Amino acid sequence: MYPIFKQILKTGIKSEVPPQPDQALRVTAARLEDAMLKTLGRALVIRHIDAGSCNGCEVEIHALSNPYYNLEGLGIRFAASPKHADLLLVTGPVAKNMETALKRAYECTPAPKLVVAVGDCGISGGIFGESYASCGRVANVIPVDVIVPGCPPTPEALLTGILTAISAR
Amino acid sequence: MKLLDQDLSFEALNGAVAAYAATADEAGLLAFCSAVKESGGRLVALWGCDERKRGQGFVLNVACGIEKGMAIVSLPLPATDPEYPDLSEIFPAANRLQRAVFDLLGIRARGGDPRPWLRHANWPADFFPLRRDCDASQRFPARNEDYAFVRVEGDGVHEIPVGPIHAGIIEPGHFRFSIVGEKVLRLEQRFGWTHKGIEKRFEQMSLADGYRLAGRVSGDSTVAYAWAYCQAAEALTSTQAPARALWLRALFLERERVANHLGDLGYLGNDAALSFGLSQFMRLKEDWQRLSGALFGHRLMMDAIVPGGVACDLSRDGGEQISSQCDAIEREVLILKNIYDEHAGLQDRFLTTGRLDPALAAELSVCGLVGRASSQAWDLRTQNPVAPYDQLETQIVTHRAGDVAARVAVRFEELIESLRLIRRIVSQLPQGERILPLAAPGADTGMGIGWVEGWRGDVLVALAADPEGNIRRCHCHDPSWLIWPALEHAIMGNIVPDFPLINKSFNLSYSGQDS
Repeated sequence: MYPIFKQILKTGIKSEVPPQPDQALRVTAARLEDAMLKTLGRALVIRHIDAGSCNGCEVEIHALSNPYYNLEGLGIRFAASPKHADLLLVTGPVAKNMETALKRAYECTPAPKLVVAVGDCGISGGIFGESYASCGRVANVIPVDVIVPGCPPTPEALLTGILTAISAR
Repeated sequence: MKLLDQDLSFEALNGAVAAYAATADEAGLLAFCSAVKESGGRLVALWGCDERKRGQGFVLNVACGIEKGMAIVSLPLPATDPEYPDLSEIFPAANRLQRAVFDLLGIRARGGDPRPWLRHANWPADFFPLRRDCDASQRFPARNEDYAFVRVEGDGVHEIPVGPIHAGIIEPGHFRFSIVGEKVLRLEQRFGWTHKGIEKRFEQMSLADGYRLAGRVSGDSTVAYAWAYCQAAEALTSTQAPARALWLRALFLERERVANHLGDLGYLGNDAALSFGLSQFMRLKEDWQRLSGALFGHRLMMDAIVPGGVACDLSRDGGEQISSQCDAIEREVLILKNIYDEHAGLQDRFLTTGRLDPALAAELSVCGLVGRASSQAWDLRTQNPVAPYDQLETQIVTHRAGDVAARVAVRFEELIESLRLIRRIVSQLPQGERILPLAAPGADTGMGIGWVEGWRGDVLVALAADPEGNIRRCHCHDPSWLIWPALEHAIMGNIVPDFPLINKSFNLSYSGQDS
């Protein structure tokens, strides 16, 4: 155990101050009331859904849990089921083969069903566009509240988008 | 020239890669594949082309890895009822590739597995997107698929279906486990969920801009794909990227390898309940990605490699930052390696878990780091090195045990070797131009090949263009195609709770194989 404790102490605390929400990322009006936000604080459960991404966005979503961004330190965590989630973090152009799965996950998610569409592909279909195999942007398949541009978005941009989704205007 | 004493006449292809091509009839193709297998070679890729508009029929291409490099055998097929002999009896790994070729092009392996692979029920069975006359902008309603999984029957056997949406931050795929108690009797994979029609999309792009799409086939391997694409595009146009660009490409590729190995080593600790390992390695990975972002404008180095050269340069100061970061990361990785090695609980989970026997790995044509952890000594950087690897003396890393512990060991050792390579590249980086213009091909091209040893395994890009430089066909092949089937074997006899650990030790791309 000694080498582990030594390494932890030597590393110290790396967490950085999170970014502020950016209302420009909203595509719909804020749906959470102030009172609700005050009660819940920022406790938030996210279900990530890869609807057809190249996995670049996933690399950066993983980074949110590293000690620098320390997502859990903000009261935000990822859940294994959409039934436990407040927010869906959706990446990729929606592959045709994932259309039904994405719709089902959205149906399973309890209100308020916040949706953040991640990356240039999630916003517009990106370089993959729309075709027999791609439904294009996430909003073509389920309603979207907030978009996070980037290819892929940096962890900081992702965090800004997530915090925007749970902020009041 | 002849290869493996077979009666085929091979021609060395233009370009940086050691690739040889020949045309054969069915008997010649079968005899060559058998000779490859007997000589200890492997299947690399299998894909088809529609050449009907050029006055021919269809073509099936089979790429094999042999000592000399890559041998590509092309089998011409008629325009109506195109069929070819099932190669899965020689190379079992051909099964899924053949099914994908049928789904995309409608050319069938005679007597092969008739189940679809990339096509779910979401477009008609007679819709073949890669046929040149197919209008790929057509839309079809989504349908439920009734896929014929192989059932395991007997007392107490039951199934666990997992996916397509998985329980973590993972790409989508479906795993069907047949189990007794906690023991896995059989795993069957069903993929294709992230198929985005990438190869059809290439037909709307030019040689000069296709690198961006190639760099998004599998984002975690964007450098490997972009380099392979650029090798192919440069081969078609007889463009020679400047020496400085080639060295910078190798720098990016090794940085990509280090980033992914750091992340995997963290998650492997985490999946064996040592979350300390995840925090530590993800911290190092973040430091690493931040320096990539600061020096090259992108944390994953997407679009850093472009046809004719590279999009960004490295200053002397940047080189010093890279070298000193390599020293710092190496110090920390060695501390963490010692902690992993000495941690009884971790080693108990790693050792003997998810074993892939070397003989089976050879039978299945398993490549990349998973192959190297099961004695499959294939690494393009040492066997068929392109510049600058021909001057870097890369040490190949292999292990025999084929278990999770071996795959962890390969990652640790390759990581340290890549840090050495990076320091050497930075210290010997040649001066000069970083990019040269890409010429137009001038005539209808044959096939240009790119072949790069990415962090996961070898990435192949096969490219052809028309005289104006529009892409006629671009096939991107991910090493995951040949490693996923081995996971079905490695899990057998293990307990269900070890699956996430074994799967992570493989860490394969879904997007890369679905494309």
